[in-house]
This record gives sequence, C-alpha cells and structure tokens, in this order.
Amino acid sequence: MGLLDKEFSQENIVITSVDDLMNWARLSSLWQVGFGLACCAIEMMATSAAHYDFDRFGVIPRNSPRHSDVIIISGTVTLKMATRIKRIYEQMPDPKYVISMGSCSNCGGPYWEHGYHVLKGMDRVVPVDVYVPGCPPRPEALLEGLLKLQEKIRNESLVSKETV
Amino acid sequence: METKTSHLRSEEMILNMGPQHPSTHGVLRLEVELDGELIIDVRPHIGYLHRCFEKHCEAMTYPQIIPYVDRLDYLASMYNEFGYALAVERLAGIEVPPRVEYIRVIMGELQRIASHLVAVGTYGLDIGAFTPFLYCFIEREKILTLFEMTCGARLLYNYIWVGGVSHDLPPDFIRLTKEFIVTFKPIIAELNNLLSYNKIFIERTANVGILPLDTAINFGVTGPNLRASGLKWDLRRDDPYSIYDKFDFEIPVGEGWHGTVGDCWDRYYLRMLEMEQSIRIIEQAIEQIPDGDVTSAIPKRIKPAEGQIYSRVENPRGELGYYIVSKGGLQPHRLKVRPPSFVNLEVLGELCKGHLVADVIAILGSIDIVLGEVDR
Amino acid sequence: MKSTEEILELLKGKFGSDIIGLVSAPPEKMIDITPASLYNVAVFLRNNEELDFDNLMLLSGLDDANGSTLSVVYHIESVKEKHKLVLRVTVPKDNPITESVVKVWECANWHEREAFDLIGIKFNNHPNLIRILMPYDWNAGHPLRKDYKNPEFYQGMKVPY
Repeated sequence: MGLLDKEFSQENIVITSVDDLMNWARLSSLWQVGFGLACCAIEMMATSAAHYDFDRFGVIPRNSPRHSDVIIISGTVTLKMATRIKRIYEQMPDPKYVISMGSCSNCGGPYWEHGYHVLKGMDRVVPVDVYVPGCPPRPEALLEGLLKLQEKIRNESLVSKETV
Repeated sequence: METKTSHLRSEEMILNMGPQHPSTHGVLRLEVELDGELIIDVRPHIGYLHRCFEKHCEAMTYPQIIPYVDRLDYLASMYNEFGYALAVERLAGIEVPPRVEYIRVIMGELQRIASHLVAVGTYGLDIGAFTPFLYCFIEREKILTLFEMTCGARLLYNYIWVGGVSHDLPPDFIRLTKEFIVTFKPIIAELNNLLSYNKIFIERTANVGILPLDTAINFGVTGPNLRASGLKWDLRRDDPYSIYDKFDFEIPVGEGWHGTVGDCWDRYYLRMLEMEQSIRIIEQAIEQIPDGDVTSAIPKRIKPAEGQIYSRVENPRGELGYYIVSKGGLQPHRLKVRPPSFVNLEVLGELCKGHLVADVIAILGSIDIVLGEVDR
Repeated sequence: MKSTEEILELLKGKFGSDIIGLVSAPPEKMIDITPASLYNVAVFLRNNEELDFDNLMLLSGLDDANGSTLSVVYHIESVKEKHKLVLRVTVPKDNPITESVVKVWECANWHEREAFDLIGIKFNNHPNLIRILMPYDWNAGHPLRKDYKNPEFYQGMKVPY
C-alpha cells in the first residue's frame, strides 16, 4: 500500500512521501457530482444504494459540482446537453476526474449511426480518465471503473505533471 | 413608525432549475418565474436527452427496434417491450401462445412494482427522507435478480419479442417469484410506516399541487396521476389488452386521504396501492400459467401489409401508445410514441401556480417522470 | 359509442365538402379533412354531446415520403362514451400550415411543438410555436423529414460518428 510500509511499531509515527499521502487522501474520498443523464444513471443509483454501497469507497454524491472530485457521465450525451456538461466540468475544482459510464458516453452507443442529436463520445468535449463499457454497465463494472481510477490517482505525482 | 413599501422597486425573478439538479430526475430544465417566494409560472425546457428514437425506428427492422424501445422508459423496459410487441402483433395479425401472454403479464407487473419502488424511493429522497430510498432499492434489486435469471440483463432486457419471448422462464422462476411475493407483502406496510404516514411527509405533500379532474383530462394526463384525481381509468380494464380480463384486481383511485383529491400525497399513495394490486395479478397469473412453447409464433421476417395502428397499454406511468405506419416494408414508415411522461409533464406549470419554490420539487416528484421517455 | 362511419355522416352533414372522406389503413380507418376546417371540426367533436371527444391521445406529424405532402394525424377518444376516432389533415410540403387545436385540447401544445420541431409543420394560432426537443438555435432543418441531412458541426462539436 505504500503509505503504511514504514510504520514505527511502537510509536504513532508513519513515514511517507507527500505524494503518497496526498494521493491516499484523494483516492479515498472521491466525491461525485450527483448527476444522472439516462439509463446508466439508474444503475449508478443502484450502485449508491444499499445493495452495492458506493459509500464504502468514499464516494458520496454531492449536489454541487464545486464540492466534487469526480463526475460520472452516466448516459447519452446529446448536443444540447454537451455544452452544459462542459460547464459543470469547468466548475469542478482541480484535481478533477471524469468517468465515462456506458457505451453512449464512450462512443455514442446504439445511437452512433442515426443519432442526429447525440454526441458520439464524451471525450469530444471533456477529457475522460476511465471508460466503463456496457449498455448499461452493471454496478460491478462501475465499481471496477472506480478502482481503476483509484489506481490511476495512486500513481500521480504533485511534481511531474506528465504522469497525471 | 409607518413603513412605506410602495416606493420600493419590485419585479418578477426568473429562477433556473436544472439541467443538473438533484431533484429533476434527470436532465430537465425548469424556468421558474417567481414573485418573491410565490410561483407565477413554471416553464419546462426539455430535449436534453433527445436520442432520436423515431429516426432510428425508420432505419431499423421491426425486431431491431426492441432494444431502442427498452431505452425509452428505462425504469419500465419490460412494459415498453410489451406495448411495442402488442402493437406490431396487432398490425401484422400475429397470434401469440397463451403461455407467452402469462409470462408477459408476470414480467410487466413485476416491472410495475420495480418502477413504482423507484418512484416512491426517489420521491422520499426529494422530500428529504433518505432511508426509504435504500429500502426500496433493496426490494427492487430482488426483482432485478428475477429478471436477470430470466434474460441475463438487469435494466434493459430485450426479452419480449414480437410473437413471443426470447426464451422460456428458468425452472426456478415460479418458486422464487412466490418467495419474493411472500417477503414483499410486509414490506409495503413497512414502507408505509417509514414514509407514507410520516408527519413531515404528509405536511409537505398533502394539499400541495392539486390536479382537478377536468384539467387532468384536458391535459391528457394518464396513469396514476389521473387516477389520483378520482377517475377510474385504467387501460387494463377500460381498453383491455393481452389477458388482463382474466384477472381479478381493483383499480385504486385518489380519495383525498390526507387533504384534497388529486394532491401530491394521493398521487404518491396511489403507487403504493397499485403495487398491492400488481402483487394480486402476479399471484393469479402464477397459479394459472399453462405449459407450452414460447418461441413458436416468432416470425422469421416481419413485413406487415400497408396500414397503420395506434396501440396503447397501461405503463407504470400512464398510457403508452405506439402509432406505427407501415408502407409494406421491413421497416416502419413512421413510428411515433405517445410517451406518458411527456404528456404528464406538460401539466406541471398548471400545478405549480401559486405554490412556493420548495413545492416545485414535491410536485415534480409526484408526477414521476422519466426523462428518457419525455425526450426520446 | 359510435363507429367511424356514423361520425363521418355526422361530420359530412355539418361541414359538407371540408370532409374529404374515409381512408382505409387497416386495421384502422381515418377521416381526411381539409386543414382550414380542422379547428371547427375539432370544436364540434369536442362539444357535441353525443360525441364528446375530450381526450387527444396522440398528435403525430408524418412525412408522406412522396416529396410533396406532409400530414398530421390526430387520435382522439371519448373517456365517457369510449369511442375513438382518427383524423388526418394533409398539407403541402413547401407551405405546411394548418390550424392549432390547443384551445380545444390543451395537451396538443407540446405535441404540436414537437411536430413543428421534427417535421416542420406550422400551426396557426399556437401560443408558443418554438422548437421543443432540438436546441433552440438548431438551423439545419427538421430531422424527421425523409430528406433531412445532418450538419457536420454544431457549436464546434462534430456531429457524425
């Protein structure tokens, strides 16, 4: 785990790097924007509810983007909505992360061909960290996506921007 | 000292709610015109989830449309498929085996319970009660498990096909459904105690957003919202389809239990009552279900003759209609959906007038819209 | 409860040549009427005590795909009398104007806006005929027409896959 490697057995002291500490803090309390778009939002709600319990990963839905660390784009992004999502994304404080949930927001999903009003991929508007495939992804898949995001955050560094 | 306010400048304020708002159930934007705290008008702006459903229909063959139909009202996918399959069968003149009808009714009513559970749970969430949401989702998860063992998907099923269902019920399904019904019955009473009779909840919803019956009919409101206004109008009874005439069930109507007929509490509580009736239908259907083949009537190729049909079913939210125009091709010439949420949402402005800002959420939640269906 | 033929006779007696006739589209039947008479026919259907059509179930715009006409189809029913009726008006594609029935059935409001948005049919006397599903600044036409071409870009976002 990195953080607890150099623990003194008797005293209440831990030696670690600033990077590790910051990353540990960040990845353990990822607050998400409470924001659902389409079908995937129902699976996102099911993930937050009792059965799958998103809370145990420190994910709490917040109603304002200004309180949040991660936005889960859960569903079809239409052209009308895309500009609004960009604005929500811009309101989030850094560091911020984006999980694209479901085929629609990954690449347009089943609407890729005749969807005259569907944006074919969320990454045309905002940068995406983790893509979760599925239509809709099962809650387990979303949890896996979150674990991937945590893994990514764990390897970040405050110094070198390249690894971000 | 005499206070004079006549010299103070006053004007109406426009408050923008959404598209990202925790209680708009998706991506609805409301433009609320306010005089202080009082609502003058609410203008919904929709289309943030317009996924071009009708354009897709014109490019797909009849069986290919079913997955898109799923994604209309994603809380009641089974019922959307049910309605669509029924419409195409009526258009093309296909008879389905009796076992298929029973399976469809069982699935449809289970879906109605699941959908109402979400409606009730999120309504509590909007009003400020977090716990019922968790309880509702536990029960919903059990229904989804039943669906999953039948067709492999949790949310969007592609199970009910034109002329049949994709495959038969798994061997354990009947037993597990019976078990579910036994455990679910006390849960309704528990949910009632948790939320329905809660003093704060009643204060926030009773006598709020009253929908008179003539307004409801004029605006085309259907489903639980219409019945809460006091009209016994349920397509399962009034325009019977499938095998609903074989079952014995009540149609609850709003009675103004805690306030006036057609207020938010009535609309909410009607969904609780409807769940009990759905349970009754499922119990009867499980007892009566015959054996037989479920895929024998599925046609290899669906090519209806030139013509048109408007076919409607009672979806958990109201009258779900499919208007299909065929020009004799493999694809429909035009497929137009009558989405219940789209029509029900229109009455929102009328309901909110004269109420306070906080009541918008209570009223919107009680109408129970699904944006996927409003915008299509 | 009245059949479509009986209602057709009633309408013909009242409106004469504005009622074009019965169109068979199995399994349904519909009555073709002229756009100019639509509003009066709707008022009659709504207020006549025997007919009492108080519910507009669906209003759909159609592109007839013949290059020259668009049409609007009205599915109406009576909650009390339990009968149904299908009306159709056909308008030319280069000047698609018909009457609004919002004053008769309130729920026609959004349906007509949708028909305007997606098919491009204009409704006279509509209180607020603006786009409803597509963005307000969408200027590439009406997407459900058969000859619709999608634009390459909208507000800097690429539209095709």
